[in-house]
Amino acid sequence: MSEEKVVVLNFWPSMFGARVIMALEEKDIKFEYKEEDVFGDKTDLLLQSNPVHKKIPVLIHNGKPVCESNIILEYIDEVWNNDKTLRLLPSDPYEKAKCRFWADLIDKKVFDAGRRTWTKKGKEQEEAKREFIETLKVLETELGEKFYFGGNETISVVDLVLISYYPWFHTWETIGDFSLEDHTPKLMDWVRRCLARPPISKSLPDRLKILGRVSQIIKVHEFFYGY
Amino acid sequence: MEEKKSKVILHGMWASTYSKRVEIALKLKGISYEYVEEDLKNKTESLIQLNPVLKKIPLLVHDGKPVADTQVILDYIDETWKNSPRFYPEDPYERAQVRFWVSYINQQEMTVSCCKVFEVMGRVMLQEGEAQAKSVEEARERFRVLEEGLKKHFPNKTIRGNDDVGLLDIIIIASFGVYKAVHEAIGVEIIDPVNTPTLYNWIEQLQQLPVIKEVEVPHDRLVTFLQKCRQEHLQQAANA
Repeated sequence: MSEEKVVVLNFWPSMFGARVIMALEEKDIKFEYKEEDVFGDKTDLLLQSNPVHKKIPVLIHNGKPVCESNIILEYIDEVWNNDKTLRLLPSDPYEKAKCRFWADLIDKKVFDAGRRTWTKKGKEQEEAKREFIETLKVLETELGEKFYFGGNETISVVDLVLISYYPWFHTWETIGDFSLEDHTPKLMDWVRRCLARPPISKSLPDRLKILGRVSQIIKVHEFFYGY
Repeated sequence: MEEKKSKVILHGMWASTYSKRVEIALKLKGISYEYVEEDLKNKTESLIQLNPVLKKIPLLVHDGKPVADTQVILDYIDETWKNSPRFYPEDPYERAQVRFWVSYINQQEMTVSCCKVFEVMGRVMLQEGEAQAKSVEEARERFRVLEEGLKKHFPNKTIRGNDDVGLLDIIIIASFGVYKAVHEAIGVEIIDPVNTPTLYNWIEQLQQLPVIKEVEVPHDRLVTFLQKCRQEHLQQAANA
């Protein structure tokens, strides 16, 4: 019987790649990691696996590529789904719908507002900060008294999607000159609970490394976003 | 013994292709629902209360529980009403392929929607002259990629009845079924049998289904609406 072969193509600062890696680690799935230099030469493997977008992350399962981080998460949850494995999405359709809604909202709002806090200046930067903090407040309310977005016992895709942005918080806070502890302390408690999970802490990129890279980028006035 | 009937309400807007996706999904599954037409400039109280985060249509309310975001609603419908047609294939890899192309159509903003203005087809509709010509080229390129993808991943597409309809079909017919009205309103043809034969044939087959004919928007009404949007927008841009 052939072994399951899982390969992940990623670029280290990417929040989209990080969530795929965390999902695999949480589900205890063995995989091979391949780093792509997305601003240099993309490998033939990446170009063949994702010819339409040529982007990471890509999951290659027994030679077959699956693209787009949230599609990959659904795929992982559907394929590795025995009783002993942690489920990233609830089985009840309504609860599942709520999970998908929040995961989608996070990507729509956090990504864009976060990016503008370091790429824009003046009024636009202030507006981006406001939007970003506002979104996190909404998420903090949604979390409520739960341990994780997935409940008290388990994480869900919502936890993975939001925590995948965490290494970037430090960069946005530093450049935007604000502290999330002041605005969303309960959410920061949730961050700490997530980071206490080894599959999460070992999979996230180093936040200082990200700040270092962004600072370099700002220095040379290059306006592209690494993901 | 009385059967407990599900109460389903859809808050939608007649010209919205996203709203149309949900209507088609409900009709395909044979789900009876109450339709609430929303005036996007004057939204109902219940829409705002039930979808406070986004305040958008479409919004599905099932036995009092709100489900927001078009794709989330479509998945919810398929998972709650498990009768035929099923929106996704059984195999997880095939499901991922369907999700990929649905995502492509959504991300590449290939639909004209009254709700968002920065979509490539939206830009084609709301621009003129050189700017429009550039957007048309971009749009053609995205449709070319879609055409290639559909030909490669879903060859021999045949739709004989409702049971052959899946999620990608719903998105395609809802988003692109109105292409003739869009062409007329913007004066540019993007979908045709020569440049996009796979997509053209796919749409033709879907348009034969009675359930699709039921939700068809009157051509002239849509053309007038789109032309009005275009004129209003061009005027605003000129006055800015």
